[in-house]
Amino acid sequence: MSTLIKTPAPTRFERMLHSTRSAFTSPKYGPVLVTAILFVVVFIVGGIRYPGFFAGQVILNLFVDNAYLIVLAVGMTFVILTGGIDLSVGAVVALSTMMVASLLQSGVPAVIVIPVIIVATTVLGLLVGLMVHYFKVQPFIATLAAMFLARGLCYVISQSSISISDQSFIALAVSRIPLGGGMSITWSVVIALVIVAIAVWTLHRTRFGRTVYAIGGGEQSAQLMGLPVARTKVLVYAVSGLCSGLAGILFSFYTLSGYPLTAIGTELDAIAAVVIGGTLLAGGYGFVLGSVLGVLVLGIIQTIITFEGTLSSWWTKIFIGALLLAFIGLQRVLTRRKT
Amino acid sequence: MTALLARIVASRLFWPLVMLAVLFVINVLAFPGFFSITVRDGNLYGSLIDILRNGAPMMIVAIGMTLVIATRGIDLSVGAVAAIAGSVACSILLGAPDPADPGTVAIAILTAVLIALVLGAWNGFLVAVVGIQPIIATLILMTAGRGAAMLITEGQILTVNSAPFKVLGAGFIWGVPVAIYLAAGAFLVAALFTRRTALGMLIEAVGINPEASRQAGVRARGLLFLVYIFAALCAAVGGLILTANTMAADANNVALFIELDAILAVVIGGTSLAGGRYSLVGTVVGALVIQTLVTTVYTVGIPPIITMVFKAVVVTLVCLLQSPTTNDALAAFRRRLALRAGKEAVSV
Repeated sequence: MSTLIKTPAPTRFERMLHSTRSAFTSPKYGPVLVTAILFVVVFIVGGIRYPGFFAGQVILNLFVDNAYLIVLAVGMTFVILTGGIDLSVGAVVALSTMMVASLLQSGVPAVIVIPVIIVATTVLGLLVGLMVHYFKVQPFIATLAAMFLARGLCYVISQSSISISDQSFIALAVSRIPLGGGMSITWSVVIALVIVAIAVWTLHRTRFGRTVYAIGGGEQSAQLMGLPVARTKVLVYAVSGLCSGLAGILFSFYTLSGYPLTAIGTELDAIAAVVIGGTLLAGGYGFVLGSVLGVLVLGIIQTIITFEGTLSSWWTKIFIGALLLAFIGLQRVLTRRKT
Repeated sequence: MTALLARIVASRLFWPLVMLAVLFVINVLAFPGFFSITVRDGNLYGSLIDILRNGAPMMIVAIGMTLVIATRGIDLSVGAVAAIAGSVACSILLGAPDPADPGTVAIAILTAVLIALVLGAWNGFLVAVVGIQPIIATLILMTAGRGAAMLITEGQILTVNSAPFKVLGAGFIWGVPVAIYLAAGAFLVAALFTRRTALGMLIEAVGINPEASRQAGVRARGLLFLVYIFAALCAAVGGLILTANTMAADANNVALFIELDAILAVVIGGTSLAGGRYSLVGTVVGALVIQTLVTTVYTVGIPPIITMVFKAVVVTLVCLLQSPTTNDALAAFRRRLALRAGKEAVSV
């Protein structure tokens, strides 16, 4: 006679525990969850340490100060999702601030300047994409060349700082949208959030977005599935170029000047935001909203450093490097376990 | 005869040397005294000496970069390592009671080099042990390293006054600038170790196929450590020369973009970025091409910083020419020509 050993049905608590654990150890959600917790912890620590930290405006300022980085990170997310990388974004931001400043200085109205810059940087991204896909140049080399080109062009435009004095541009840059309770945001934030919304919709609701994920999961399989791999791969670099141009415009809203050495190392910030936001460097996994969260984490660390007062700004770079490293390590652990 | 010519053209050094020759011709046309070398106070002076001396730091960095690229890697952190080395040396000199004491200078230089070795080992650790892609691993140090250099100099440009240290950047031995000896030294070390021992072959093996070389018993991990440490060492020497040249440690601007110049020198020299095959002589020629280009631009009267645009165009063209797509297209074109010639021969 055989005895039937009945395993007790998992209780609700056990099921919850199990699903929580599998969420944390999945390469898809794990890093995003860790980032979200990190953000909350840093925010609480800041609130305990500094008076005036727990204010709505502190959160809003994260968006105000990092609107350009959010837009950059959105573009970078597309590229990294396909398994590529774009090292040119910092230089392209600098180039577009230089173009904004010099075109406005020569009297071209802002309504024309902004679209011209976005088209120019998109075309630059498109050329990089063509190099990457059709000439099989490694993405980092192609984008490194673009970085060189964009930095050089900054100097061609001017070797010193150009300030922006165009009234309509300044008005757009400094005007704030009141949210009640003494809180307000800038138009940059609105633009950045619109871009985020468009990106989320594109990645999750369109054929293009699905192809982006498919390429990251395996380019050859995507090809065999009949997806438009070539077009998509070229287009992600164009998207990154577009975002870099727009980010440059938002950056010039913020600084109201153009300077050739500006935004050096911003590519690391953007890559770090994307990686901290849970996008796998190898491609295939990740969310745009994760990248936004990544930017917020970088922003809140910057805010803490500002509140701390004694810490110098170069600590930010070291922190970002360390954080990036920690998250890449986390990715390695999570993906190794799953595959 | 034609066979010899074909072999010369097929050589990897052919196009870089042609580029160098073209640049020399342009320079001679613009400035007839280009090739003249004069002796002043027993020291050599002249445009060619200047090119060698000013190009030395980049050449040294590029030699280290060549071996990293040969393993299918890349080291973006060399500029930051150069900045850290310069900052360390200057802050030690400034902290010492007598910056002009040769012993102090030796300690400053040795400490800078030691720190560079640690940084190189760090890069090697991330790439070889943790398994992070080389671009990302070294990108971290590229940006965070500048922050660290700022931390060492406390955000200031440290200016030092030390004659023995200045020799590194502006001194002469037997009439030849010290920087040139250092570049020659870096080249000889790299060449001897990789061409007189099996090291070069092992590096190429790792670059061609890491998995296959591992199964064949190549200890890739140790090799990767070695090349990143060597690259950081080269970067430190380059940074020390640059710092000694200006006698100031500027954490933000010293050796800025040198990683790009170094990569460019390697690529122009015919080393494939896909790893596996490399040429140290090619890298030296590549570095000379870049430095001569910079000098040419300078002689013609264009602000030197704008040479970045030219460099970008050059690196793009070289990459496009190296690409498999271009090679396939050229091969197909040649086949079609041969086919047509064959058909004509038949019809006649």
